[in-house]
Amino acid sequence: MENMETVEVTTDLLILGGGMSASGATVEAAHWAKKNNLKVTVVDKAAMERSGAVAMGLSAINQYLGLGAGDNTVEDYINYVKQDLMGVARDDLVASIARHVDSSVHLFEKWGLPIWKDSDGKYVHEGRWQIMINGESYKAIVAEAGKNALAELGDNGELYERVFVVEPLMDGDRISGAVGFSVRENKFYVFKAKAVMALMGGAVHVFRPRSTGEGLGRAWYPPWNSGSSLYFTLKAGAEQTCQEVRFIPVRFKDGYGPVGAWFLLFKSRATNAMGGEYMVERKDELEKWKPYGTVKPIPANLRNWLGMMDVMEGLGPIYMRTEEAIQKIADQEPDEKAFKKRMKELESEAWEDFLDMTISQALLWAATDVQPEEKSSEIAAAEPYFIGSHSGASGAWVSGPEDLAPKDYFWGYEHMSTVKGLFCAGDASGASSHKFSSGSHAEGRIAAKSAIRFILDNNDQPNVDGAEVEKWKEKLYAPIKLFEDTKDQSSDPDINPNFIKPKQFMFRLQKIMDEYAAGVNAQFTTNKPCLDRALELINWLKEDSEKLAAEDLHELMRCWENVQRMWQAEAHVRTILFREETRWPGYYRRADFPEMKDDWKVFANCKYDAGKDEWEMIKRDIIELT
Amino acid sequence: MPSFVNPEKCDGCKALDKTACQYICPNDLMVLNKDIMKAYNQEPEMCWECYNCVKICPTQAVEVRGYADFVPMGAAVTPMRSTDSIMWTVKFRSGQIKRFKFPIRTTAEGQAKPDGDFGEGGGDIKDCTTLFTEPASLNMDAVWTKK
Repeated sequence: MENMETVEVTTDLLILGGGMSASGATVEAAHWAKKNNLKVTVVDKAAMERSGAVAMGLSAINQYLGLGAGDNTVEDYINYVKQDLMGVARDDLVASIARHVDSSVHLFEKWGLPIWKDSDGKYVHEGRWQIMINGESYKAIVAEAGKNALAELGDNGELYERVFVVEPLMDGDRISGAVGFSVRENKFYVFKAKAVMALMGGAVHVFRPRSTGEGLGRAWYPPWNSGSSLYFTLKAGAEQTCQEVRFIPVRFKDGYGPVGAWFLLFKSRATNAMGGEYMVERKDELEKWKPYGTVKPIPANLRNWLGMMDVMEGLGPIYMRTEEAIQKIADQEPDEKAFKKRMKELESEAWEDFLDMTISQALLWAATDVQPEEKSSEIAAAEPYFIGSHSGASGAWVSGPEDLAPKDYFWGYEHMSTVKGLFCAGDASGASSHKFSSGSHAEGRIAAKSAIRFILDNNDQPNVDGAEVEKWKEKLYAPIKLFEDTKDQSSDPDINPNFIKPKQFMFRLQKIMDEYAAGVNAQFTTNKPCLDRALELINWLKEDSEKLAAEDLHELMRCWENVQRMWQAEAHVRTILFREETRWPGYYRRADFPEMKDDWKVFANCKYDAGKDEWEMIKRDIIELT
Repeated sequence: MPSFVNPEKCDGCKALDKTACQYICPNDLMVLNKDIMKAYNQEPEMCWECYNCVKICPTQAVEVRGYADFVPMGAAVTPMRSTDSIMWTVKFRSGQIKRFKFPIRTTAEGQAKPDGDFGEGGGDIKDCTTLFTEPASLNMDAVWTKK
C-alpha cells in the first residue's frame, strides 16, 4: 500500500455519482453554492458525459405531466404510481418529484435535447406520461449543463472522474465524507464533506442474467450499476425501504430492446405462440389481485404475471405482434401514396427506438433478418434488477418535503435519508417509483437544494477519524495485496486456493440468487426454506469476500462492485423473507404465501448496524397524502 | 466480443494523454496496449454495447461484433455521429442495407446554459418548494403544493 498516494479533498457538498440524478443535483447545487460561497465536489466512477443508466441514450422520456398546460394533475400521478406498485408508494415523495419533473424536461429542451413535436408545437406523447425524443445525446446534453454549472463556481466546483467511491465515513450519527480509489492511478481518495449525496444508481448482475457467455453484459440496465448506493447508504446506517420490490422488465428477448413504443405508440398486441392473447384470456386471474388487478392501467408486474403463466404452461414463446400493429396504423392512410409514406415513417421510428437506447437489439434484428413490418419478435421477462425508478421501488427511506409529508415521513430536510447529512435520489431513494430519467434528474435537484440548506444550518466540518481512514485504505486495497502475496503459489493467475477472483465471486452470488431467491431458473418463485438457504450461502460468500483478489485497479473495482452486489442481495433476501405474502406476482412469488394480504399493506424496511453487525426489519405504515 | 478495435485504423490516439475510447467507456473496459499503441476491450463479456467507444473514435477504428453466444453472424450496425445528427447504417445478415438519420441536439456542443434562459427564480434557500429556475421553467405561476 506504500505506493498508493492518499489524496485528501475537503469540500462542503459531496455529490457521488454522475448519472441523471447527479447531473440534476450538480446544476441545482452549483446555483445555491454560488449564492452562499460553498464548494461542490462531484465524483463519478466513469466519465460524466456518458455515465449512468442513460449512457447509451433514450428514445423517450417516461415522466412528463404537462402541469402547466393542465394536461394532468399531481394527484393523477400519485394514483398511477400507487396503482402500479400494488398500493405501496410514498405519496409525498411521488408528489415531490411530480411537481418538479416538467421543469427538468423543459430545461433539457433548452439545453438542446430534441423533443418530438406535433403540428401544433405540442410534445408527441407515447403514452399519457411518456414523450418521444431524439435521445442519442440525452445524457451528454444533461451532463454538459451540470458541468457548465460547476465551472461557474470556479475553484469552488470540482469534478473527479474515474474515482470509485466505496465506503462512507461517519462522525457519530452524521456522515462526514467518503473514501474510494482511482481506477486509473495509484491514488486513494479521502473526501471530507458537510453533506453527502449518494446518487450512484441501482444494481444489476445480482441475479444470474439470461445470457451468461459473451452476452453477460447485455443486461437491460447497465452492468456498471453494482449497488453502490445501497451499499454506501446501508453501511452508513440509513434505513432502506422496498428492498423486496425488484423490477423485472419484459423486453424484446435477448437484446432487451424497449417495448414501450410498441405497446403505447404503435398499440401492438402481445400473444403467445398459439395466437392467444394472455391479457384477454387470463382476465379472471386479475380478480385475485383486486383492487389493483381490475383498474387500468394494469400494474406492470401483473402484466408480467399473465405472460409468465402462459410460458409456464408451455404456450411460449410470447410475441410482440409488430407486423400487425404497423399494418393497422398504415391502413388508416387514405391512399397508396400516403400508406407508403406512413410505412416508411413507422419503419424509421421503430428502428430509432432501438438505435437511440438499445443498439444491441437493432443488431440482433439485423442479424436475424427481422423486418418488424413483416414478422413478429419474441419478448421475454428479464432477470430481476434493483432500482428506485421505473416499476422498481428499492432505495433509501428518505424524508418528504415539509409542505407534503405527514409527520412520520418528515425529519427536517426533503430527500435526506435517516442519516444526518446523507441525501439520496433517483435509483438510490425508495418508495417513489416511476421517476425514470426525468424524475431522477428532478429528484437530484430537490435533494441538492435541501442538502445546501442542511449545510447552511450545520456549517461545521464534521470530524473524520484518521484511524478509520487508514483502516479503509488497507481494506480497499487488500485484494491487490492478497494477490501479490500469494500469486506464486499457482501457475494460473485465476486458480489459487488462497483467493477468489471477482468474476467467479459474482457467478457464485448469481447462482445463489437465481436458484434460491426467485430468479429466472426458479420461475421467479421462492419460499422460506429456499430463502434461509440463500442466507446461509450468502454468509459463506461474505466470509470469503475477505479473500477477493485483484491483479490491477480495474479488477479491484470489480472486487468492490461485487461486494456491493452481495449486500444488495442480502438486503433483498431478508426483505422477501420478512414480507409473508405475495404482492407483486410478476416480480416474485412466495409459494408458501401465495396471496396478497391486507395486513401486509405496509412498507417493509430494513436497517443494518455496522457496529453490532445486526439487521433490523421494520414495518412502516403507508400514509396517504389526502 | 462486443466492441473490438481494427488495428489498421487505431493509432492509439497518440496525440492525447489517453485514448478517446478509454476516456468515454462507462464500464472502464477500453485500454491501450502501449507496446503496439492499439486500444482493446479488456472485458468484452461486461460490454453493454452502448457504442460510446464506437461513436467517439476519431479514426472509426472501433466496431461492434454481436455477442457470439446468441447473435447470428454477419450483421453490422455502424454509426457516424456529427455535432447535430447521427447516421446509422444497418447491414443485415442477408446483405440488405438500411440507413437512418436522426437529429441528436439542437444547440451547439458545449453551449447548454444551466438556467436554460428561464432566469434564476427558485425563491430563497429556505423555500423547500421552489427550485432554481422555477416557477418559470414549469410554465406556471407557482409550484404545486397540497391544498
